[in-house]
Amino acid sequence: MEAHVVSNLVVALLLAGAAALAIGVRRNDLWRASAVELARRRPIALGVVGVYLAVALLDSVSWVGGGDAGAGGNALDLHRPRSLIDRAFPLDLDEKSYSAPLASVEFYGGAPLDHPGRHLLGTDILGRDVLHLTLEGTRVALLVGGFTSLIVIPLALLVGVSAGYFGRRIDDVAFFVMSTLASIPNLLLLIALIMAMGRGAVQVCVAMGVTSWVGFCRIVRGETLKLRELDYVQAARALGVSEPRLIWRHILPNLMHLVVITFVLLFSGLVLFEAILSYLGIGIDGSWGQMIDQARDELARDPIIWWNLAAASSALFALILAVNFVGDAVRDVLDPRTLRERQ
Amino acid sequence: MSDPVLVVRDLVTSFPSARGRAAAVDGVSFELAEGEVLALVGESGCGKSVTALSLLRLVPKPGRIESGSIRIAGREVLSLPVSELRRVRGKEAAMIFQEPMTSLSPVVTVGAQVVEALRLHEAIGAAQARRRTTQLFDQVGIPDAESRFDSYPHQLSGGLKQRVMIAMALALRPRLLIADEPTTALDVTIQAQILELMRDLQRELGTAILLITHDLGVVNELADRIAVMYAGRLVEEGTREQVLGDARHPYTRGLLRAVPSLGRRGERLAEIAGVVPTPQERPIGCRFSTRCPVALPRCPTDPPGDTPVAPGHVVRCHVVAQELAR
Repeated sequence: MEAHVVSNLVVALLLAGAAALAIGVRRNDLWRASAVELARRRPIALGVVGVYLAVALLDSVSWVGGGDAGAGGNALDLHRPRSLIDRAFPLDLDEKSYSAPLASVEFYGGAPLDHPGRHLLGTDILGRDVLHLTLEGTRVALLVGGFTSLIVIPLALLVGVSAGYFGRRIDDVAFFVMSTLASIPNLLLLIALIMAMGRGAVQVCVAMGVTSWVGFCRIVRGETLKLRELDYVQAARALGVSEPRLIWRHILPNLMHLVVITFVLLFSGLVLFEAILSYLGIGIDGSWGQMIDQARDELARDPIIWWNLAAASSALFALILAVNFVGDAVRDVLDPRTLRERQ
Repeated sequence: MSDPVLVVRDLVTSFPSARGRAAAVDGVSFELAEGEVLALVGESGCGKSVTALSLLRLVPKPGRIESGSIRIAGREVLSLPVSELRRVRGKEAAMIFQEPMTSLSPVVTVGAQVVEALRLHEAIGAAQARRRTTQLFDQVGIPDAESRFDSYPHQLSGGLKQRVMIAMALALRPRLLIADEPTTALDVTIQAQILELMRDLQRELGTAILLITHDLGVVNELADRIAVMYAGRLVEEGTREQVLGDARHPYTRGLLRAVPSLGRRGERLAEIAGVVPTPQERPIGCRFSTRCPVALPRCPTDPPGDTPVAPGHVVRCHVVAQELAR
C-alpha cells in the first residue's frame, strides 16, 4: 500500500479511537469530572495541544490530484499526494531563495518576489515558505513523540511487569538485557541502529524506542515488586483470581499513573532528542530539528537569517511547554490526594 | 455431625533466616466443624497469620509450607494443582484481611471488585451480578447500597471498606471464612458493629469462621472454641468457657491476667516477664519454659504432649499433666 493511503487509514483509526475514548469518558462519572476539571485548569495548554494535533492530523490526510500548478509551479507536484495542509498553500508559492517575513523583495539582491507579502514567516534558502515547512514539521514531531512512546511504553510494561511479578529467571534475563542496553552509550547505539535499519521516519522512531525504554522499565519493575505484595493483590489471590487476570485487573491499572507521567516526559524528551539527531544528520526529513540544523549556517550570515530558526524553535518550544502543562494537570486531576485539596 | 470443614494436621511453615530455615508454624493441628467459630489467639509473631495464609497456600515467598496436611471441605489443599486450588479459594474458603484500607484496589470501584469475585466462580451476567452485589451490600449494612456500588475505595471510610471486604468474602457463600484480625485497624465503635455483623451473618449463613486475633475481647464476642498459640505451636485448646474461664496453661493464664479490666483500677497491670524467644533461641522442650513462672527442671528439654483436662479441653504443659496425675 502506498504511504499516503496508510497514513489516511491511521488518521481514521486515531479519530475512531478518540471518539471511543470520549464516549468512555462521558459514561464514567469520575473520568468525566476529571476531564471537566482538566479543561478548567489548563484551557490554554489544552487548546495549544489541540491545535498541534489538528495540524498534524490535517497534514496526514492526503491524496493525489486536484489543484493548479500555476505559472511558476512544478507540474510534477500534481502527481504526488498532497495533504490538506499542503492544499492550503498554492502550489507555486516557492520563491528563488531567502526572503524576510512579509517582504516584497528577495533578501539578497532585492529582486521582486513572485508573491510579495504572502510569506508570513519568510522563505528558506530554496525559496520554500517557512510557515508551510513549520506546519509540516508538526506531523513529524507528533510522530516522533507519539509513535516512539507507543513502542516504549508497551515494551517497558511487558518486560517490567513480567520481571517484577514473576521474578527469578525472568527477572534475571530482563535485568541482564536492561543493564547491557544501559551500558552502551545511547547515541552510539542509536546511530548503529539507524545505520542498520536505514533512515526512514519509522526506523528512527524504532531506534529511539529501543534506546529509551530501560529507565521506565526499571520503574515499572520496582512498582510491580511493591504492588505484588500489597493486600489487595493478596486478597484477589485469596479469591481465586488467576495470575494473568491479576496482572491485567490489579497490577496494570495501578501502574497507569506512572504511564501518564512517563508519557509526558518521554514525549517531550523524544521530540527534543530528534532535534539532536537532526543536528547529527540522522534525523527525520522535514522535522523542526532539520530546520534548526540548517539555521546554524544562517546564523553566521550577515545580516543573519533568523526567521527559519525562530519559527522551528518557537513551534518546538510551544508544543513541549503545552504538553508538559497538560501532563502535569492530568496527574494532579487523577491523583486522589489533590482531589481532596480541591474541595 | 458432618465432616469438619477444615482439618489441619502437623502443619509446618518456614521462612529462611540467617541460620537455616526457621519454622514460623511448627506442627500445628486443629479442626473446624461446620458453622463453628474457632479463634486462634496469640501475641504478635507467634505464627497465627502465617497459619491463616498457609491454609490457602498464600504464604509469601520465600516462605514455604514444609509438611503437614490441610483439608478444606474434604480436599487436600497442599497437593491440589493450581487450577483446582483457585476453585477452592473464594468458593470454599474466603479470607478477610487485617487492613481494609489497603485490601481493595484503589483504581476499581468497590462494586466492580465484588462483581469480579462473583463472576470468577459463577456463570452469571453483569446485570445479575450487580443486583446480587447491591443485595450483599444491603446485607452487610452498607447504607445506600445502590450508589455505593460505583464508589472508589478512597471515597469510603474504614468501616465501610471492611464491610465491602466482608461482602466480597461472603459473596460466594463459602463454607469457611478466614478472618485475619478483621477489626484491628478499626476504631472501637466500628469494631463492635463489624463483630455484630459477622456474628449475625455467621448464624444466618452457617459459615465456619477461623478468627485470627490477639484481642481477647473480640474472642469473647465471637468464638465457640479457642486455640492459643505460642512461638509456632498450640499450647491450649478448648471451648470459650473452658479457655477463658478455666485456663490451665501458664501462658494462657498470663495472657488473661494481662487484660486490663475496669474492676482492677489503680493496680499495676500484670505482664508476662521476658520476651518471646527467636526461632534460634527456642528451647527443645516447652517453648514457654524460658518465661514460665512455674517451670519444672525438665520443661526446657522435654516437649510436652497433649494433656486432656476436660472433654474438648487440651493443654500442652508438664505442670498441668503432673497436677492431674496426682
